[in-house]
Amino acid sequence: MARKSLGNIRRAFAPWADPAATPLVQFEAVTRRFGDITAVSDLTLALYPGEFHALLGPSGCGKTTLMRMLAGFETPDSGRILLEGQDLAGTPPHLRPTNMMFQSYALFPHMSVFDNIAFGLRQQGLAREAIAARVAEMLALVKLEGFAARRPDQLSGGQKQRVALARALARRPKVLLLDEPLGALDRKLREETQYELMDLQAELGLTFLMVTHDQDEAMAMADRISVMERGRIAQVGAPEEIYEMPANRYVAEFVGDINVFEGIVEEIKGEIIALGGPGGSMILDDPNPTVDLGQKVNVAIRPEKLSITLEEPPQPTNKVKGEIWDIGYLGDFTMVQVKLDGEAGQLVKVALPNRSRRAERPIAWEDRVWLSWDVEAGILLRG
Amino acid sequence: MEAGTETLDKRARGRASWLRPRWLVLALPYAWLLAFFLLPFLIVLRIALSDTARALPPYAPHWTGWAEAWNFLQALDLESFTTLFGDSLYLEAYLSSLRIAATATLITLLIAFPLAYAMASAPRRWQPALLILVILPFWTSFLIRVYAWMAILRPEGVLDALLRGLGLIDEPLALMNTETAVLIGMVYSYLPFMVLPIYTTLEKLDRSLLEAAADLGATPFRRFVSIVIPLARPGIYAGCFLVFVPAIGEFVIPDLLGGPETLMIGKVLWTEFFSNRDWPLASAVAILLLLVLAVPLLVYQRFARKEPA
Repeated sequence: MARKSLGNIRRAFAPWADPAATPLVQFEAVTRRFGDITAVSDLTLALYPGEFHALLGPSGCGKTTLMRMLAGFETPDSGRILLEGQDLAGTPPHLRPTNMMFQSYALFPHMSVFDNIAFGLRQQGLAREAIAARVAEMLALVKLEGFAARRPDQLSGGQKQRVALARALARRPKVLLLDEPLGALDRKLREETQYELMDLQAELGLTFLMVTHDQDEAMAMADRISVMERGRIAQVGAPEEIYEMPANRYVAEFVGDINVFEGIVEEIKGEIIALGGPGGSMILDDPNPTVDLGQKVNVAIRPEKLSITLEEPPQPTNKVKGEIWDIGYLGDFTMVQVKLDGEAGQLVKVALPNRSRRAERPIAWEDRVWLSWDVEAGILLRG
Repeated sequence: MEAGTETLDKRARGRASWLRPRWLVLALPYAWLLAFFLLPFLIVLRIALSDTARALPPYAPHWTGWAEAWNFLQALDLESFTTLFGDSLYLEAYLSSLRIAATATLITLLIAFPLAYAMASAPRRWQPALLILVILPFWTSFLIRVYAWMAILRPEGVLDALLRGLGLIDEPLALMNTETAVLIGMVYSYLPFMVLPIYTTLEKLDRSLLEAAADLGATPFRRFVSIVIPLARPGIYAGCFLVFVPAIGEFVIPDLLGGPETLMIGKVLWTEFFSNRDWPLASAVAILLLLVLAVPLLVYQRFARKEPA
């Protein structure tokens, strides 16, 4: 089988890989505590001009606090935040060249759409005509021409979201901060808006920093994702890296579905590791094996990387036997749960794409089946 | 669903329409208003249209049955109102009441707004305690509190002694029996009525709006002028209304603190009623006062309707 390395995934835009590139925003060892709780802990991160960066994590992981510190609503207890090399400490929010789109949108209820968008421009002391022109430009950008005179309470959720976006973009911020920008939209609208936001970001060449708890959102939109866990960054990387090469079990479990198998290292041959375990033996291919012989390790396999067969596959390793436990039809694919043989009876998730409309499903409840996977499917989890 | 509503409708139709609970609920407050507002008002109006008489009660004509109804109606006239408009004393009293009430309302607003803002900005756990502090004066009698102000403001009273002790004044301030004393008494008495509605609107104010304004480059002053004040407007209107209306007709404060110099319509009414025993004129004063009060009420309602909730 041909060796495939994840390093080959093509990326046109990767300034973070270029040591000569200058970051736009730098968080340097930033810590923020609220009483006994450390919301952000000794965190270092650099954002590059034109990057769409997502802070991804469960609620309470510190992602919003980190963003609010860049906006100036929170002050770091220690560490520095730099924008274009300038320390932002002591600069109040209204003097920072960042703008935020709030999760609740925070539209001014007593002002028209026009006045909401013009608010930031008026603070800059722009001339009346310049303000009118910029507001018109922003309304066209978010496709809300003709809504200038409306009040926020006369708008739908999607329209409010657009006004909030237009208002935040009107001042041409150096960094646009998006706090759960699509959280309040229904699913269909969320998908549409997602692509519109991406187009907008590419078109304007702006740097976006987005906070989200929705991995799909982060994966689809961001150039890079920081997966956060209890105030720290668990992993920073492009969506493919986060998904296919999670740094640890937390990242693997937070982003996407995962099956975890235990094994003991029996042999290491270059990049090939052979494992023995309760489910059988397994060979996996890890470009950077940092394990010892006899070490107990966890191997993660994504549900879509598993195959189900009724017959035993010919390969000698990377296969386990079990029974169909549950079949969940989800439209685009079917999520099958297989209960492995053995005392533990581990449940394994398998995602089967539904390629044809009327094909009979080859498997049924309580079928005895084999699960198998490629040598490169397994992810060796460290920590 | 459909069948269910049908049976409900039938059941409701079976009973007389005015017996339906909905009508009873609506009728109760109207009955209350009729019995305790409209009827007394009509009685006062009837007295205002009568003439004074050396009788008990001191006005004529009296209702002597349906047979004399025509004579009774013919005896009614607008004489009291003519007197009211003819003598500049009454007009002056009304204008002076309006002026004093408006001044008191403005001063109360200027004190109450920062107070309410500070309360709404205080940590959540302190807010109930602060609210109680604002309401606390209500737990003692209004009259006693006004008497207390007499003790404070009178010549050589508490205030004079304090300021003299601090070396700030040499002469007594002579505040007692002045309009200033009336204003002090009114502002003090009505402050909670201004603080509470403003606090309520400020407390509901979404903090993220202020953050958004700051994010968009608004200085603290701009945020206050462009966001806080407009959004507190319903509370400001309600507070001004709650202070202005009772202040116009106020009697106790001008009587106890204002002395004979302060002309207010409440005092005029009292004098006509008890000193001069001119019940028809006193009633006419009361009815005109009601009309004067109805104007700010209508203005307030207009503003309240314009303001989206």
